[in-house]
Amino acid sequence: MPQFRKTSTAVLTSLGALVALTACDSTNSASGPSGAAAGGPIKVEASDTACSVSATTAAAGNLTFEIANKGTKVTEFYLYAEGDRIMGEVENIAPGLNRRLIVEVPDPGKYQTACKPGMAGNGIRGDFTVTGGAQGQSNASAQKTAATKSYATYVENNSSALETETAKFVAAVKAGKVDEAKAEYARTRVFYERIEPVAEKFGDLDPSIDAREADVEPGQQFTGFHRLEKDLWTTGLKPDSPQIADKLLTDVKALVAKTKTLQLSVLDLANGAKGLLDEVATKKITGEEETFSHTDLWDFQANLDGSKGAIAALRPILQERDATLVSTLDKEFANVQGLLDKTRSGDGFKYYNELSQDQIKAFASAVDALSEPLSKVAEVVAR
Amino acid sequence: MTSQAGTEEGTQVSRRKLFGLAGAGVALAGAGAAAGVGFDRLGGDTPAAAATSKVDFHGEHQAGIVTPAQPNLHFAALDVTTKDAKKLRELLRTWTAAARRMTAGEEVGPNGALAGSAQAPPDDTGEALDLPASDLTLTIGFGPSLFDDRFGLAAKRPPQLIDLPAFPKDKLDPARSGGDLCIQACANDPQVAVHAVRNLVRLGFGVTEVRWSQLGFGRSSSTSRSQQTPRNLFGFKDGTNNVKAEDTDVLRDQVWAQAGDGQAWMAGGTYLVARRIRMHIETWDRETLAGQEQIVGRTKGSGAPLGQTGEFDQVDLQVGGAGGTPLIAEDAHIRLASRQTRKGVQILRRGYNFVDGSDGVGHLEAGLFFLAFNRDTRTQYVPMQQVLSSKDAMMEYLQHTGSAHFAIPPGLTPTSNWGDGLFA
Repeated sequence: MPQFRKTSTAVLTSLGALVALTACDSTNSASGPSGAAAGGPIKVEASDTACSVSATTAAAGNLTFEIANKGTKVTEFYLYAEGDRIMGEVENIAPGLNRRLIVEVPDPGKYQTACKPGMAGNGIRGDFTVTGGAQGQSNASAQKTAATKSYATYVENNSSALETETAKFVAAVKAGKVDEAKAEYARTRVFYERIEPVAEKFGDLDPSIDAREADVEPGQQFTGFHRLEKDLWTTGLKPDSPQIADKLLTDVKALVAKTKTLQLSVLDLANGAKGLLDEVATKKITGEEETFSHTDLWDFQANLDGSKGAIAALRPILQERDATLVSTLDKEFANVQGLLDKTRSGDGFKYYNELSQDQIKAFASAVDALSEPLSKVAEVVAR
Repeated sequence: MTSQAGTEEGTQVSRRKLFGLAGAGVALAGAGAAAGVGFDRLGGDTPAAAATSKVDFHGEHQAGIVTPAQPNLHFAALDVTTKDAKKLRELLRTWTAAARRMTAGEEVGPNGALAGSAQAPPDDTGEALDLPASDLTLTIGFGPSLFDDRFGLAAKRPPQLIDLPAFPKDKLDPARSGGDLCIQACANDPQVAVHAVRNLVRLGFGVTEVRWSQLGFGRSSSTSRSQQTPRNLFGFKDGTNNVKAEDTDVLRDQVWAQAGDGQAWMAGGTYLVARRIRMHIETWDRETLAGQEQIVGRTKGSGAPLGQTGEFDQVDLQVGGAGGTPLIAEDAHIRLASRQTRKGVQILRRGYNFVDGSDGVGHLEAGLFFLAFNRDTRTQYVPMQQVLSSKDAMMEYLQHTGSAHFAIPPGLTPTSNWGDGLFA
């Protein structure tokens, strides 16, 4: 199952903000605790009648406000963009307490700070100006747009293939053609495993399509690929197998439709590339994912493909910023692929339970060697 | 650690004193008598100073629960191999006497390691001879399986002592799960903890056998405000918001079983959930700092909840970042486990880090041995773990590989024994 963390787009946005923030820390040699923006936190002293802010201008990026409530009422602090659009907020600051607000402000312009003693009304407002931000960014941002566009194409190609192959797999299950369905199973999952980080953004669809039996929550029905895997390899097809198959196709179609509307950032690509290898390390190298069919190596190859796909999209950015990292990645990708190629059998792979302990160990070691440099990619593209 | 500040070596080393005396005795007057003198002297020896490194074995509750968590653990789960309830009860008495002595820094039996017959194996295995009591605590518990039909205890089974349900993503190894009995030994010195379990196990041969055991180092929670918050193997401070010994009202509500809870013999006791949680250290180490902090919901440095500045600042689940998105993510560990989210439910944690070498493919076989005490596992631990298992972002890096549940009976007086309530 989904190893990659299920996060809503909103959460990823703020994760992105924090990633960028960390990058800020390291490039500006800030010695403060993680989370302090370049230039140090902006101090806000809030009382029942005043809201004094230690700076009224800042450069675009991640801003940190440290709010001290010196008043007698519970207060709130807000940063508003024009039109009172909330950029960030801290609520419920009791008298005597200090709170911190970290807010990503990518665009220069006019903003307002506000303290709200008593947590009501418009608050005590002050003007706040954010400078810079736009210059020098255009080339990088064009590169980033190109990268996400290129990856979107990769996702689209794979998701359309996923829909086609799932339809064939489902038809075979419904016709009771067990051998044909078994042959189709691993082939179909390749397209899912390649774009798994994207699929996992849709929190309810992914478990419904890809949950392992052990992941099913109490009271939840075991559905999706792995349920049919169990039916095909272990228990034999059951009376409700055709319904499970129908539901799988419906879910896959819904997923494919959703992927078309998804907006991905370069950080999503970088983290996805790494996440796919983590998935290999914890689920494929242990043979856990395909408990019944043992077709883990098909998934392994697909995860590797997906990771390569994301890195390929980021390649122009990486090449410009850290060419050594690119050549390391190329070498380690090739190494893992070389090991996988040795386990090929027919037009597929050996079954997981046919691997020797030495082979498993070699895979684990090669995946570690690839994952380490992959974990550096996000920081490079976030610069 | 901090709990024993101010102790002086000379006054806390009871076993060493005994060793010296016994050694002299062997040379001068004969071993048995000398050992007897040693123990007598020990009893009258500046008790206040000696007590600073010992934890009182007696009390309303068993030691080793709210006792400031010592840095080392040896935990053993055992099965009872006899069907004779009398033998089991006798063993529990023997264990009580041995535990009383060992927690006082004495050897397990009167003749100890050296003073018995040279033609017999020593009473005490001897590896703790030169070591002080080291704040050793021994805590015993009864598993659900003890209440089957073997010993006529079915009617004594507390309703809170359920068979734990399956949790999503569990990969439980039967060889690391369950057990009729458990012994938790905690100490400042790992050798003292190991010595205690080893000797109790030895006393139990023929009546009990070890089903599984776990060593732990580096306590991963604090059970007292006198302690600093330690870090777990993910590098984060762990147990910041744990229930502490000082929170007596919370302990009464959330940890100690009350007389009206179901089984009167459990009043003053509690229920222990043990979970061996493997951590995928290598993949965690590749997660970005921001990602790690997002998963936990705290900063790695100070341990402050995201959006706050100090470790002990109140967690604010509402604090918003860009676009009003909560800084503590919907799937962050501390959000899902927090008292606010859990509607006031708390548990007392007493976990330990473990590293059992490597796993054969070059990865650390490491993680957290999670021990938690609560008043009713049905309404406290179970619903909390259901939510964490299915929603916690951290689950990507965790795998529960062992699981057990025990009823921890109340504490003892100087004349009572483990098992008294059970067999009454």
